[in-house]
Amino acid sequence: MSHKPGWRELPIGGHLYETGSSLKYKTGSWRTFRPILDRAKCTRCLLCWIYCPEPSIKRTEDVVEIDYDFCKGCGICAAECPVKAIQMVEER
Amino acid sequence: MQKIVGLTGDEAVAYAAKQSSVDVVAAYPITPQTVIVEQFAQYVANGEVHTEFVCVESEHSALSACIGASLTGARVFTATASQGLALMHEMLYIASSLRCPIVMAVANRALSAPINIYADHSDMMGSRDSGWIQVYAEDAQEAYDWTLQAFDIAEKDNVMLPVSVNLDGFTISHSMEGISVLEDDAARKFLPPRPISYIVDPDRPITIGAGNNPEYYFEFKRQQEDALRRSSKAVLETARKFGAISGRKYGVLDTYGLEDADVAMVGLGSCMGTVIEAARRLRKKGAKVGAIKLWLYRPFPERELLRTLEGLKSLVVLDRSCSFGAPNGALCSDILSTLYSTNLKLKISNVIYGLGGRDMTVPMIEAIYRRALRQKKQPLKRDVRFVGVRE
Ligand code: SF4
Ligand code: SF4
Repeated sequence: MSHKPGWRELPIGGHLYETGSSLKYKTGSWRTFRPILDRAKCTRCLLCWIYCPEPSIKRTEDVVEIDYDFCKGCGICAAECPVKAIQMVEER
Repeated sequence: MQKIVGLTGDEAVAYAAKQSSVDVVAAYPITPQTVIVEQFAQYVANGEVHTEFVCVESEHSALSACIGASLTGARVFTATASQGLALMHEMLYIASSLRCPIVMAVANRALSAPINIYADHSDMMGSRDSGWIQVYAEDAQEAYDWTLQAFDIAEKDNVMLPVSVNLDGFTISHSMEGISVLEDDAARKFLPPRPISYIVDPDRPITIGAGNNPEYYFEFKRQQEDALRRSSKAVLETARKFGAISGRKYGVLDTYGLEDADVAMVGLGSCMGTVIEAARRLRKKGAKVGAIKLWLYRPFPERELLRTLEGLKSLVVLDRSCSFGAPNGALCSDILSTLYSTNLKLKISNVIYGLGGRDMTVPMIEAIYRRALRQKKQPLKRDVRFVGVRE
């Protein structure tokens, strides 16, 4: 978004009348550590999916995936994973 | 037809809230506001109103509940004082920024320590930058009238801001007066149910209170300031409308004796009645003195105030709170900065008075007037005096 609205154009009080604005706000840029998933170790227990506060762990038919557009790199998934299938690696 | 009833300031405010068909009241009792919520709870218990009365565990929760209710489109009222207002501080800003037209009576009381339950304006002055419209009543009649008017002002489309109606603790809150009250029908006509701007509807979800980073926050503050500044017009509109049905004339300020006054005193709240009495006595003896009572403190009525100051030689500003470490009291600072951009040349002196309920009597005020009449030059040092304190 290049043009940002001036104060007269914004709805009062910062109320948002359309939903889903958080989808437009990619929080992945906040990350300093990147969770890397080792599919070979993953047992698909879904604990990371439950604990991820974002939620940036996506579950598909047979694997879990990390959505790097939104993952803030908090490391909770890595800490919770019972088989150590997630490693936190410093972003460069 | 209006009838005259004997009510204390607190009871008068509760009566006005009752006649305003309030949907939700969330409040926590604190002296000297207690009677307001006690009386209102009685109305609820008697079935005289259909208000949802939310008993909460603190003032912080009281205002939080009010904000939630107001955002659903309800007409909301609460009341507090002193430490209670201080505890609300965080939520005061949220109420105004989320643009909740809540009306809150503040039975002004000193702040601790030492603990003191009597009148001064430290409580509201401590929250003067919170974005609320702030009006001050001189007596119980005005407290009643302003409570009714406050809803009309707050809920206007182009305002949508909370209003605090300030009444001095005990001096107004607990003193009984004969008060002209509107018929219920007339009050209802003056104040129809709150117009619905949006409803909370799961099929049309909205987000309130979303986070704002540096790219947006500033714009919302600018918007809020604009709304507050412009709300003085709404105050005048409401005053006209209220005058037409009540016969009582309101506005942003009131004056006494300014036609020919050399010296005037300006202030807020109950003391202004005493000031006018002192001015009357002095005028009988030929002294050219007058008074300016500000009803509206925020937004600050600069334009109207400047108009009243023309022709004056000297102005005494009464502050009933201490802005610790500041060059002057809060009201005096506002007036000095208003004057700076004009070429009005009048002597300004500041009087801090009445802290913690200390009396300000007619003779004390006469003495202040006389000093101002004698004063030939503006002193080079700041002219701030604490009147009524023991040296
Ligand atoms: S690092 Fe944090 S935000 Fe990213 S996927 Fe793991 S739990 Fe979610
Ligand atoms: S917690 Fe570990 S094992 Fe379980 S699904 Fe997530 S990555 Fe796989």
